[in-house]
Amino acid sequence: MSAVMPELLTSTHVEKMKKKKPPKRYWEETENTDQSQRRPEEEEGKAGQNQNESTVKERPLKRKNDERLEKKDPFPGEAPIPHKQLQKFQRGEKCKVPAGARRRLKEAITSSEAMSEHAQKQAARYDLLLPEDAGFLEGDEDEDTNTISQDDIADAVDITSGSKYFSLHLSQFGPYRLDYSRTGRHLLVGGKKGHVACIDWQTKDLMCEMNVMETVNDVKWLHTEAMFAVAQKRWLYIYDSKGVELHCVKKFNDVLRMQFLPYHFLLATASATGFLQYLDVSVGKEVAAICTKMGRLDVMAQNPHNAVIHLGHPNGTISLWSPNQKEPLVKMLCHRGAVRSLTVDKTGTYMVTSGLDRKLKVYDIRAFKPLHSCFLPAGASCLSLSQRGLLSAATGDIVQVYQNILGSSPVSKPYMAHRLRGQIWGLAYCPFEDVLGIGHGEGFTSMIVPGAGEPNFDALDTNPFRSYEQRQEWEVKALLEKVQPELIGLHPEQLSKVDQASFEQRHKEQVEALGFDPLAKVKFKPKTKKKGRSSAGAIEKRKRKVAHEDQRDEIRQSVQERTEREKELKEKSNEKKLGNKSTLDRFRK
Amino acid sequence: MAADEEELSINEQAISASEDEEGSDDERKHKKLLEAISSMGSRKRKKQNERSEASVQVSEFFVNAEGTGEKVNLSDLLGTVEKTSGASNKTKKQLRNLQSSKETLELPLNKQQTEKIQRGIAYEKTAAEVSCWRNIILQNQKAEQMVFPLNQESPGPKRVEQVVAGWKVQTPLEQEIFRLLHINSQPVDDPVLTPVEEQSLKAMSLEEAKIRRAELQKARALQSYYEAKAKREKKIKSKKYHKVQRKAKCKDFLKQFDEMVKTNPEGALEELKKMELSRMEERMSLKHQNSGKWAKSKAIMAKYDDSARKAMQEQLQMNKDLTQKIVVPSDDEHESNEEGLETIPDFVNDSEPVIDSVNPWMRGQLTHEEPEVSCVTTEDVQTAEEENEEEELVGEFERKRKLRQADEEDLIPTEEERKRAGLKKIQPASEVVEEDVVEVSDKEEEDDDDDDEEEEEEDVSEFNTLFRLMRSEKTLEGSNQTREGLNTPGQEDEEGLLNEGQIRVRNIEDLEVLGEFVDPQPIAEPSLPRTAAVEATSEPPYKKKREIDLKEVLTKEAKAVKVPFLPTVVDEEERDEQISIIKEAFAGDDVISDFIKDKSKLEAAGRPEVVDLTLPGWGEWGGVGLKPSRWKRKRERDEQISIIKEAFAGDDVISDFIKDKSKLEAAGRPEVVDLTLPGWGEWGGVGLKPSRWKRKRFRIKTAPPPPRQDQKLPDVIISENRNASVASHQVSQLPFPFQNTAQFESSIRTPIGPTWNTQSVVKNMTKPKVITKMGAIIEPMVKEDFIKNKTTTPGGKGPAIMLGENKRAKEGTKRSSEKHRGRRSQKRRK
Repeated sequence: MSAVMPELLTSTHVEKMKKKKPPKRYWEETENTDQSQRRPEEEEGKAGQNQNESTVKERPLKRKNDERLEKKDPFPGEAPIPHKQLQKFQRGEKCKVPAGARRRLKEAITSSEAMSEHAQKQAARYDLLLPEDAGFLEGDEDEDTNTISQDDIADAVDITSGSKYFSLHLSQFGPYRLDYSRTGRHLLVGGKKGHVACIDWQTKDLMCEMNVMETVNDVKWLHTEAMFAVAQKRWLYIYDSKGVELHCVKKFNDVLRMQFLPYHFLLATASATGFLQYLDVSVGKEVAAICTKMGRLDVMAQNPHNAVIHLGHPNGTISLWSPNQKEPLVKMLCHRGAVRSLTVDKTGTYMVTSGLDRKLKVYDIRAFKPLHSCFLPAGASCLSLSQRGLLSAATGDIVQVYQNILGSSPVSKPYMAHRLRGQIWGLAYCPFEDVLGIGHGEGFTSMIVPGAGEPNFDALDTNPFRSYEQRQEWEVKALLEKVQPELIGLHPEQLSKVDQASFEQRHKEQVEALGFDPLAKVKFKPKTKKKGRSSAGAIEKRKRKVAHEDQRDEIRQSVQERTEREKELKEKSNEKKLGNKSTLDRFRK
Repeated sequence: MAADEEELSINEQAISASEDEEGSDDERKHKKLLEAISSMGSRKRKKQNERSEASVQVSEFFVNAEGTGEKVNLSDLLGTVEKTSGASNKTKKQLRNLQSSKETLELPLNKQQTEKIQRGIAYEKTAAEVSCWRNIILQNQKAEQMVFPLNQESPGPKRVEQVVAGWKVQTPLEQEIFRLLHINSQPVDDPVLTPVEEQSLKAMSLEEAKIRRAELQKARALQSYYEAKAKREKKIKSKKYHKVQRKAKCKDFLKQFDEMVKTNPEGALEELKKMELSRMEERMSLKHQNSGKWAKSKAIMAKYDDSARKAMQEQLQMNKDLTQKIVVPSDDEHESNEEGLETIPDFVNDSEPVIDSVNPWMRGQLTHEEPEVSCVTTEDVQTAEEENEEEELVGEFERKRKLRQADEEDLIPTEEERKRAGLKKIQPASEVVEEDVVEVSDKEEEDDDDDDEEEEEEDVSEFNTLFRLMRSEKTLEGSNQTREGLNTPGQEDEEGLLNEGQIRVRNIEDLEVLGEFVDPQPIAEPSLPRTAAVEATSEPPYKKKREIDLKEVLTKEAKAVKVPFLPTVVDEEERDEQISIIKEAFAGDDVISDFIKDKSKLEAAGRPEVVDLTLPGWGEWGGVGLKPSRWKRKRERDEQISIIKEAFAGDDVISDFIKDKSKLEAAGRPEVVDLTLPGWGEWGGVGLKPSRWKRKRFRIKTAPPPPRQDQKLPDVIISENRNASVASHQVSQLPFPFQNTAQFESSIRTPIGPTWNTQSVVKNMTKPKVITKMGAIIEPMVKEDFIKNKTTTPGGKGPAIMLGENKRAKEGTKRSSEKHRGRRSQKRRK
């Protein structure tokens, strides 16, 4: 490698690579958008009109006119919003007021429509505040981008970006799994042989490092960077960022893979015994434990759109689970061989899977239909999708990054590739950064992948630059907005639909939930009688006759038992007395 | 009689005294005298009490009915008008017209109808009045946000002059506070003592204050004693007691009055006025005139009953007393009366006393001194008597009470005795009855037992027969079933098995082809694959793996991907490469061991499918202890091995999936209910089946469920279970104004949270429906508030002529508004 490096360095990769475009500034020459085009025209037209007017009128008037002209707004009204932008924020279909609707209905529909339109417009307007755009690597003519090495990229880009390409040589404790925190600031790595470390990877600040002296199957950050979960050989452990063991959750054993659902505060674990368990980390309670009956579960992913857990199985199927159902929501046959890895994109539209049959398949999981599949000669052991839809696949000791894999047409060659030493064990994109983290047998490597991360972040949700206090506040707010696990389902929009189940069905569910039929016992309703016997008092009397029948029965029974017991006792005592009596008692005084 | 004589003499004296004063009073006095005389006899007196005087005398106070029957003409009344020149021609003409017109006035409408009309008009009026509120109410209902109080000042900044100069006590609270301060002459600034306190300090010393306090205490104590006493006395129920009390009070009052005339003439005058009022009332009413029902009955009784007569007399006396003109003698007069007639009355010389200045009647000497005095005397006598009576009565009461107590004491024991006796009488009977009942019940029980036993025996026998029948039927059915099972399901099973054996879905592409058939009904392929499988048995499993040949199948669709660091694998030696790749893939994973385990399990599960086709004794000797020949067994083993290999091939992943799916589909299908009753309507018995028509007729098929979601997706199983956990959070009934779910759903499609919206939109969406100002009083809406800004039409443009009703309505509204204002201002004042 090192021999090749200088040559590569000499070549001018800087030109080839188109860095992230800087945001457009107002003083720069902008390509004329339809807005800006329209405006000058309008201005001109108006100016022309005014001129015409002024020529007709006399001089003093003209002056006045000019004054007015100065004050007049050249762009009256609100700024127009491009249709495309508007469409981006369209939510559902508009509802029209039906003909002959009543006043109240009309009002309700019109007001709600107006409100949603207003919301849509405002959102489209505020879209202006997301100026950052993602850039991509571009090669010269007849040069593949995947031949560009990481070192070249690191040299070409600015120092801070270049420092994002680094590797940690940790050859001692075996292949590493990794996880980035949700803000993308913190990195957690866990070696197979027990080495766990968390790092603020941008400053290279080591937060904690330890060896748990046990096999580590998986590591995962919890809702903040203050806590993380480690799936060890037997139990699930939770540590804080200083490495202090907070919990040892013995209900969760033999965990192989974990996923954290950030909005539900649920830690989902898949175990070697075939159990899928959910731990509510906000209250520390097990929400659901589902026996999948599918054997060892070592392939797991979450759908960020609806918080459904995807599990891959050795029989080539992938099953979708929610904590509310004991059977899979969906089970789909994806591969002929076992499923090796799977990942779901941010919007919950696409799922990418790889199997032992060395195929890579892209599914539309809204329709459960395969979009396209491609054959990877080496097969992919790990898959990961970035926020912008770049797919990275680990084939052997090579990491390949694919672009436009989520489109309808299959791709023929990777966008980037990088060779590492040792088996790749974990892959994860860093959120809001153009960085791909790779855990492998020789340690950890951070790789620059231009165009991977989302350039615009929601500072109220995940702020990479947040301070300690901001984090605390965010934690409180997030806890207040916690979504209950009951709401997890395939269709999150179901909540906004009217439940159209029949009464019988609902009643059945109620009976199941309660364990008894609340409507089974009909309330006593006295017959109406004539001749004043159905007066309120009489009815009350009759009701009282049958009131508390169950209790009465019980009481009656208990009383009977008691009396019987007493009787027996009496008899016994009598017998005793009789038995003790002797003929000589009569002579006693 | 002595009293009467006295009265007479007094009367005479009175007459003599007044005779010389005024001649005009002569007649009256004479009449009085006559009355007095006549009143001595009871009969005449009675006559006199009738109201006959009106008809005798003509006075301006009475209406004389002498001229009844004569009609009054208009000309009679207005005859003079014609002649007088002062009256205008117009009025004359009108009068003439009136005279000439013969039309009678129409009858007024009856009460109901007039009321109805009035109600109608009133309704219209009020409706008009109320309807002007309608718009504003609608507007407020529609309004997205209401801010109370309604007419608030604009919240913007004010000019300095306004703020400084125009500061007044504005809020009612401030007003109240300042008013209170002002009234109590409290300091607006902050001195230590208020002026009132200072004054009080100056007013008296400590000792004085103490004395005063003691006095006050005493007064209070006395008052409380008096109150207690009054309360106690008020509670006494005896009528007689109260009567006596009242009279005593009256007497007291009279005494007081005399004193009062001396000391407090104004108060006396007031009292007099009161008396005058009572006199007037008495004169107006027929009370105490013995004309009522009671009086008449008493009048009848009066002949025989002394007390009745007395009562009547009392009544009359009362009337007389009350109707008598009371002229309180002034001090001087009293003196004169007391002193007698010898001296000349002082009042002749005296100037008029202060009291009399107002009342000219008070000037002269009293004419009616005597009757009053007489009254008093009689009353005195009566009261004395009554007091005696009262005492007697009280005594009687006590006696009676004692008697009653004694009676009760007597009674109680007797009752007890009675009760005891009754009980004694009753008890034995009940005992007897109970015994009887017990006996009877015993007997019944015995009977019942007997019956039961018999019944039981019968039951048992019946049961046995039934049971036997059942068993026979069962056996029959069983035999039927077995036969059927042999016939149909068995065949089906076999077919199924065969079919399954024949499926050889090689890969997913095949599966997708399969998916085009709606039912994953496996197609019977020609026997080629089978032979292939058989062929495959000879090869070792290792080769078998290669023989699966993923590439052949998968490269068809999928493109091989070129990776720079990896030599393109595909075209090179297939076997080694693939093995290496697979090994690589498996390296570190223990997937393969799992995989193999799973496979072996599957194989174990798959074993029953291997049908033992060896028929012992088929083609060779059969019997106990003889096994099928070796080559047969070997063949079977080979087959099994081949099956295991097949399992490893991964083909059965697909078939398993298909099986799973078909199972689920079958479970989802509703079952067919068979209601056929064998032997119903036709011959029944062993070996007889219900007819085909019947089976068809009574087999109930329920409607098929809606198509599964995964019906057209062969490689997907979607659970059909309802998500009940979300259902509890869903809206289950369509809310009011919406007509269908689509409308409602679209109305809630836009989220309101800050995660999805901009700040301003969130604020706008979640703004409260009502905003109230802290501490401000929200008063009811007044008409001016909304009418003011609407109807600002100048007065000149209004209609010149207003209809009466409208006018009135307007006035009414004005009045109501005034009322409102009045109420408001009152509130403020408060």
